[in-house]
Amino acid sequence: MNELCLVSVGHLPPQALDWIENAMAEWFPLPIRRLPALDIPDTAYDAKRKQYQSVEIMKMLAQSVPRDAARILGVTDVDLAIPMLSFLFGQAQFEGPVAVVSLCRLHQEFYGLPAQESLLRERTVKEVLHELGHTFGLVHCSEPTCAMSLATHIELVDAKAEQYCARCGLRLVQKFSQEGKV
Amino acid sequence: MKKNWPILVVDDEDVMCESMAAWLREDGYSVETAQNGQRALELARASDYAICFVDLKMPGGMDGIETMMEIHRIRPDASIIIITAYATVDTAIQAMKEGAQEYIVKPCNPQEISMLVSRILKLKKLQSENAILRKKLTRQYRHHDIITKNPRMEEILGLTQEVASLRSTVLIRGESGTGKELVARAVHFSGSRADKPFIAVSCAALTETLLESELFGYEKGAFTGAAAQSKGKFELANGGTIFLDEIGDISPKLQADLLRVLQERRFYRVGGTQEVEVEVRVIAATNKDLADEVQQGKFREDLYYRLNVIEIHLPPLRERREDIPLLAEHFVQRISSELGKDVNGISGAALKLLIAHDWPGNVRELENVIERAIVTCHNGQLDEQDFSWLSNAGRQAHEWEVPDVSLGELERRAIVAALERKHGNVKEASTALGIDRSTLYDKLKRYEITH
Repeated sequence: MNELCLVSVGHLPPQALDWIENAMAEWFPLPIRRLPALDIPDTAYDAKRKQYQSVEIMKMLAQSVPRDAARILGVTDVDLAIPMLSFLFGQAQFEGPVAVVSLCRLHQEFYGLPAQESLLRERTVKEVLHELGHTFGLVHCSEPTCAMSLATHIELVDAKAEQYCARCGLRLVQKFSQEGKV
Repeated sequence: MKKNWPILVVDDEDVMCESMAAWLREDGYSVETAQNGQRALELARASDYAICFVDLKMPGGMDGIETMMEIHRIRPDASIIIITAYATVDTAIQAMKEGAQEYIVKPCNPQEISMLVSRILKLKKLQSENAILRKKLTRQYRHHDIITKNPRMEEILGLTQEVASLRSTVLIRGESGTGKELVARAVHFSGSRADKPFIAVSCAALTETLLESELFGYEKGAFTGAAAQSKGKFELANGGTIFLDEIGDISPKLQADLLRVLQERRFYRVGGTQEVEVEVRVIAATNKDLADEVQQGKFREDLYYRLNVIEIHLPPLRERREDIPLLAEHFVQRISSELGKDVNGISGAALKLLIAHDWPGNVRELENVIERAIVTCHNGQLDEQDFSWLSNAGRQAHEWEVPDVSLGELERRAIVAALERKHGNVKEASTALGIDRSTLYDKLKRYEITH
């Protein structure tokens, strides 16, 4: 009942789902269920842009939400985009059940730098909190260190903390109590 | 807050519409989507969108430019951002020419679009704040602060409404502190120029050369320190009203320049060779008797007649004493709230004292006196003692010793004094003495007074 479902979409770095599950358990008072991994749908690949359309992945996730799940979070390692924007760190249905996070641009290697697992973990947690926050009705926050602040490049992701600011945290608690989950 | 600025996304591709809308919703905006121009127009008729993202190429039906033009017809204030997959200079120029605020090529960087939206909304917020402040100002100058139940003042207020929409020059006469600028603003803000600039210039405050460059502006290099071209007050007031206070104090050269502007609505900037054309309403004010200044050769007669198309003569406060309680109460309310003091009114005794005072500084003096009293007041109501310093001054002004002379001599002295005060103007002296002009002439003859 009212579970948070977590699913990998395509291949993921080892332990990525563990990092995410720990962060979800810390912030969301709901049981977490890992679903069997999903393949990236063929329709998502945009050969011209060499990227994946997040809308197609979100459609697939929407079809995969178990009936009793509150939210489903898909995690992928491919580069996401939408027609209007050149890339996305993640996307969510605002106050809806589906969210997706891409780790592609969270890797140091994407920027030509040596891999750094601890930094990848931090960035992943921040983006997971961000996208799940949207599904619970949180909008972008003006506080740059809040997980809900809008990051349009990696430096802004790094400026965030692995947590919500007091105001967004409070709103999240209010949302849970409205939904009768605490 | 962001929900107050709804956004519309128009694109024939559902994926484009929905993904863009989802991204903007994460930022807190209320977003709607339309897949063709017709649907966009239906939505625009129903909602006042702050921003519309419109795709340039939409097959079948209206294209992006047509859709944009129609949206603009329905919602002139909406900012339209044209989206295209292929950037060409021609389409960008056409889009901007037809009124697009921005032109972006998809896909674009998330930062670019985020900054674009916040920049447009920042401007919109400023515009709406500006509109609110303008409305407030209009209300303030139309009704507030000109408070009266005096028949002469009511007549004047009626006149300001009648002349508000004309372009005719207005000359406001009245003693210092009678509210000449307030009346000028009331004329401006009651007419069709209300949303255009109202520029006030105090002619007495500046020297001739400074006033000249202040009024007409100057060209770069016109004088030492003129590092760049500067617009003068006449240019800044274009389309609106220029209020020339203390017009009686301007030099003969400026009188000639001003006459030319009034006649031709054109002038040269200081050091300039190109004429500048303006459409400005002129309202002038003076506490001098300009007719008298003309007689004495101090003020150009032709300029006087140009200025004096509509004359408004504001009575001094001592001639509208019935307004003193109204004005005093009004100032108490306004000033106590501005100063954060809990003062709610004035006692009857204090009002009597204020009514008896002669107010040489008129309404401005009354306002200052009330402010001083509120600052030092320790009760919730202004009492007689809060104006004790004023009553002493008043009494001193009133207490005079009747000289040991005949009634006739007393009358002669009063006439001489009135003529002196009015600079020899018989008409005004007779008004001040409360007799008609022919009676004054008889008395001048009888007492052998030359004026």
